[in-house]
Amino acid sequence: MSEQASIKPAALRARSFPGLAALRKILREPMGFFGLALVVLILASAIFADLLAMYDPTKIAPQNRFQGPSLTHLLGTDHLGRDLLSRVLYGARIALLVALGSTALSLMLGIVLGLMAGYGPRWLDAFLLLVFDAMKSFPTIMLALTIVTLAGPSMVSVVMVVVMVSVPGYARIIRTQTIAMKTAEHVTAARSMGAGTIRILRVHILPNIIGPIVILASMDVPVVIGIEAGLSFLGLGVRPPTPSWGTILNDGFANIRDSSWIVIAGGLPIILTTLGFTFLGETLRDVFDPRLKGR
Amino acid sequence: MSAPLLSVKDLRVVFSVGGTLSRLRGHVTAIEGVAGVSFDIAKGETFALVGESGSGKTTLARTLNGLQKVASGSIHFDGKDATSMGRAEMKELRRRAPMMFQDPVGSLSPRLDVRALLAEPFRIHGMSDRDLDAEVRRLLTLVGLPVDFASRYPHQLSGGQARRVGVARAVALDPQLIIADEPTAGLDVSVQGEVLNLLNDLRDRLGLSMLIITHNLHVVRQIADRTAVMYLGRFVEMGETEAIFRSPAHPYTAALLSANPEPDPDRVHDRIKLPPEVPSVMARPSGCEFHTRCPFAQDLCRRNAPPLRVNGGHQLTCHFPMNTPAQAGLEQAQ
Amino acid sequence: MSSIRGSRGAEMTMTTDQNTPAPALDIDALSVSFATDGGTLHALKDVSFSVPKGRITGIVGESGCGKSTLINAILGLLADNGEVTGGAIRLGESADITKLTPRQMRDLRGLQISTVFQDPMGALNPVLSVGKQMRDIQYRSNLSKREKDARSVEMLRQVRIPDPEKRLTQYPHEFSGGMKQRVAIAMALMMRPQLLIADEPTTALDATLEVATIELLKELQQEIGCAVLFISHHLGVIAELCDDMIVMYAGEVVEQGSVRQIFRNPSHPYTRALLDCDPARLHERVKHLPTIPGTLPDLRNRPKGCVFQARCALAKPECGQPVTSVEVTPGHIARCIRTNEVTA
Repeated sequence: MSEQASIKPAALRARSFPGLAALRKILREPMGFFGLALVVLILASAIFADLLAMYDPTKIAPQNRFQGPSLTHLLGTDHLGRDLLSRVLYGARIALLVALGSTALSLMLGIVLGLMAGYGPRWLDAFLLLVFDAMKSFPTIMLALTIVTLAGPSMVSVVMVVVMVSVPGYARIIRTQTIAMKTAEHVTAARSMGAGTIRILRVHILPNIIGPIVILASMDVPVVIGIEAGLSFLGLGVRPPTPSWGTILNDGFANIRDSSWIVIAGGLPIILTTLGFTFLGETLRDVFDPRLKGR
Repeated sequence: MSAPLLSVKDLRVVFSVGGTLSRLRGHVTAIEGVAGVSFDIAKGETFALVGESGSGKTTLARTLNGLQKVASGSIHFDGKDATSMGRAEMKELRRRAPMMFQDPVGSLSPRLDVRALLAEPFRIHGMSDRDLDAEVRRLLTLVGLPVDFASRYPHQLSGGQARRVGVARAVALDPQLIIADEPTAGLDVSVQGEVLNLLNDLRDRLGLSMLIITHNLHVVRQIADRTAVMYLGRFVEMGETEAIFRSPAHPYTAALLSANPEPDPDRVHDRIKLPPEVPSVMARPSGCEFHTRCPFAQDLCRRNAPPLRVNGGHQLTCHFPMNTPAQAGLEQAQ
Repeated sequence: MSSIRGSRGAEMTMTTDQNTPAPALDIDALSVSFATDGGTLHALKDVSFSVPKGRITGIVGESGCGKSTLINAILGLLADNGEVTGGAIRLGESADITKLTPRQMRDLRGLQISTVFQDPMGALNPVLSVGKQMRDIQYRSNLSKREKDARSVEMLRQVRIPDPEKRLTQYPHEFSGGMKQRVAIAMALMMRPQLLIADEPTTALDATLEVATIELLKELQQEIGCAVLFISHHLGVIAELCDDMIVMYAGEVVEQGSVRQIFRNPSHPYTRALLDCDPARLHERVKHLPTIPGTLPDLRNRPKGCVFQARCALAKPECGQPVTSVEVTPGHIARCIRTNEVTA
C-alpha cells in the first residue's frame, strides 16, 4: 500500500478520482443518498456523543423515572430516571464499536486465512476448509451461549461470537477468488519475475479480490449490530450500566405496558442503522459491480 | 565460437495426470510435455520455436524460466546449471532471463499503474533504493511510450501499448535473454510490425539474446536467426531460419509453411494438407510420431522412429526428407 | 494495373442495380453511438454496404474500427448505452430490422441470421451434450427426436467430424479446439440461415486448422447457398475466402469492392498501408517492418473530413473538408479524394 501511494502525487490523484466518482454515483441513487446520510448521522452521534448528550447516560435519578418525551428529555427517561437520548447516543458508540471492530477483525482474519488456503499447499487448504466448516456448523445462538458461558458476558465475548460466525464465510470467498486468480497470467508473470509469495499475495492478488468482500462486509454490519443488540437484550452482551441499544430495549420490554417510549428509543436506532448500512452496502455493490444490479 | 548463453540438453518435462486410482488401474499417468529437446542460443542470437498449440513450446519456455519442473536433462545458462539452482540463484536467473507472456494486457496486474508495474522488477530484486521514477521514465522512453503513460492502468492501454509496457518490464534489469511467448498474439498487423521492430531494435542496442515462441511463421521470418519446429514435444527440424523457409526438409515444416493464407486472391495454393487431428501425447504414435498426419508416410515411418540427421547447423528427424539439409544449405548459398 | 484484372474485377462487382434481386443484407447509412461518461461516442458513421445473396463478403479492419458494433447492430444486441442514430438494416426483402421489437428480433436470430464467433465455447453450453444442443436448435421444426438427431448427424458429417453418431452423446470439452469450431459452424448452419455472420472464426486456430476451416466454410456456403459476412483482421484469409470485401477504419467504410479490385488496386491510403503492413507479403527479412504511425482518432470527437487524415502520408488541407466516396472502377468505391495518387 504505502509503496504504491508513496510513488508520486500523480498516482494519488489518479486513485482519488475513481473514489470521488464513486461517491457521486452513490449520491445520485436515492437509496444510496439515504443510506449514506443515515450512516453519517449515526457515526456522528457515536463520535460526538460527549458533546451531544446533555446528561450522563449512567446517572441514576429516581425522581425522574418513567418520564415521557419532553423538551428536557427528548426521548424520555427509563425506570432509573436515566436520560434515554443520552443512552441512545452512547449506545451508538458501543454498537458501532462492536460492529465495525468485529467486522474489521473478521475481515482481516478471513482474508489471511483465505489467502493461505487458496494459495498454500493442498494439505493446508484441506485443513483450513475443515476448520471453516466446523466453525460454520455451530448454530449462532448455541455458539454465543457457549462463549458467554466460558468467557462471561462482555463486549469482548460479543466480538468473539461475531468473529467466529463470520470468518469462515469471508475466508471461503477469499479462498475461491485466490484459487481463481492463482493461475491468472499476471500472477504467473509476477512469479516469473522472481516475486516471493507474500509479495504476490499482497500486490498482485489481494487488490484484485478485496472489493467484493469489503462490500459484502459492509452489508454484514447491520447483522452484527443485531447480534450485539440481541445478546445484550438477553443479558449476554454488554453489561449494565453501560448503555447498549439491546439493554435499553430490554429495559423497555419490562415496562412496555406503561411506558412504550423506552422500547421505541431502543428499537428505532437499530432499525435506522440497519437500514442505513444495508442501503449503503447495496448501492456500493451496484456502483462497483453493476453486473449484480437488480438481483 | 564462444560458449552459448543458453544450452539445453535432452530436456524432458513430465506432467502427471489422473490420481492414484488411475495409476492403480494401469492408466497412463505421466505424459511428456517436452520429450528430449536439445538446443543452444548464442549471445545476441534470436531463436524461434514454432509449432501448433499443444506442441509443448510454451511448456519448454516456462521450464527455462523455472515455472515448470525439469524431469531430466540439463539447462545451462551462462555456464551455470539451472536444474540444480537454489532459490537465490533462480531469482538471479529470472532477472537475467525474463519472460514475456502471451496476453499483453492480462499479464499486467490490473490494479497497478504503469509506474508501479515498471517499478515492480526493481522492488522484487531489492533495488528500491534506485530513483524509480527516473528508471520508469527511462524504460518508457526506451520502448517509445510517452512518459505520462506512467499514471495509466492496464485497462486504459491498447494491446500494442500494453505489449510495450511488457517489453519495458522485461528489459528493466539489464537482461541477457528475453523469453517471449507469442509476443504479437492478438495485436493488429500495423502494431505487430511496431512490436517486432522494437524487439529487433532492442536486441541490437542492448545485445540481447531472444527466444521467441510463436505459431505465426511470418513473424519468425522477420525476427529469428534460427528456428526449431516442434511437434508433440520434440524438435522435428531445426536450422537457420532462411534455410528452413526456402527449403523445408520435414513434411511437417513444409505443411506449416504452406498453410499460411497469403493476401493474394489469385494465388494458386499448392498446399500440403494435414488431417486436422493432432495425436495426443498420452498415446504417442509408433515409429515417426508424425506418420498419422504425414501425406508421405510409408511403412518404415510407422515402424521405426527416424534417426536424427545433422548437417552443419541443420537438424532433422525424418526418414524421407523433402529436401536434404545439405540441399537446404546449397540453395541458401546460391 | 492490367486491364485483364480490371475487367475481371468488374464482373465480380457488388450488385447494386435495381433489377438484381435484393441482397441478403443491406446496410444503408447506418450510424451507431454510445453514451459514455466522456460524451457521445460515434462508433459507426454512415456505414453503407450490402452482402449479395450467395456470396461471401469480408470485413477487414483493426481493433476499434467498429466491426463488433456493426455485428451487434445487425443482431440487435447493442449494449444498453448504444443506440442506432440513423440509417437502416434490411435483411432480404424485409423492412428495416432496427425497428423490430426485441421479440421479433429474437425470432430472426438463429433462424435467418446465425453467427459463429472466435471462441466456439461461446456457442456451446459446457453442461449439455452436443446432440442435445443440436436438437434444441431445431426447436421450431416438428420433426421427431430421432429425425432431428439424424439431421444433426448429417450436419456433423458435413463439417467432417469423424464418427458423428458417437459424437452426439459427447460434451463440448471432449472435442478439440478445431472440432469445437466445426461443431459451432454446424450448429450455425443447421437451420439453413439466409445470412451467416462469422466473427473471426479462425483467429484462435492454428494455421493448419485455419486453412481447413476456411475451406470447409467455403464448401458449406456453396452447398447451402447462404450469404456470409466474414469478419477478420487476417488479410490472407479474406483474400482466400471472400468474394467481396469492405475495409473499415474508425467506424467508417473507407473502401469496398471485390477482393480482386481491392488487393490489386487498393485505392484508400489506409487499405494500402494495411496491405503493406502484412508480413505475409514480405518474402525476405527486412530491416524495418512497415507500420502505420499514429493512433485512431477520438471517436467522441471525430475529425471533420477524412477520418484517416491524421495518419495519412498523402493528407493535404482539402482532406479536412467532408469527403465523398469515389467510384474507382464499377463497384469499387473508396472514401478518399486522392484515390489516383494512392494507386500511383
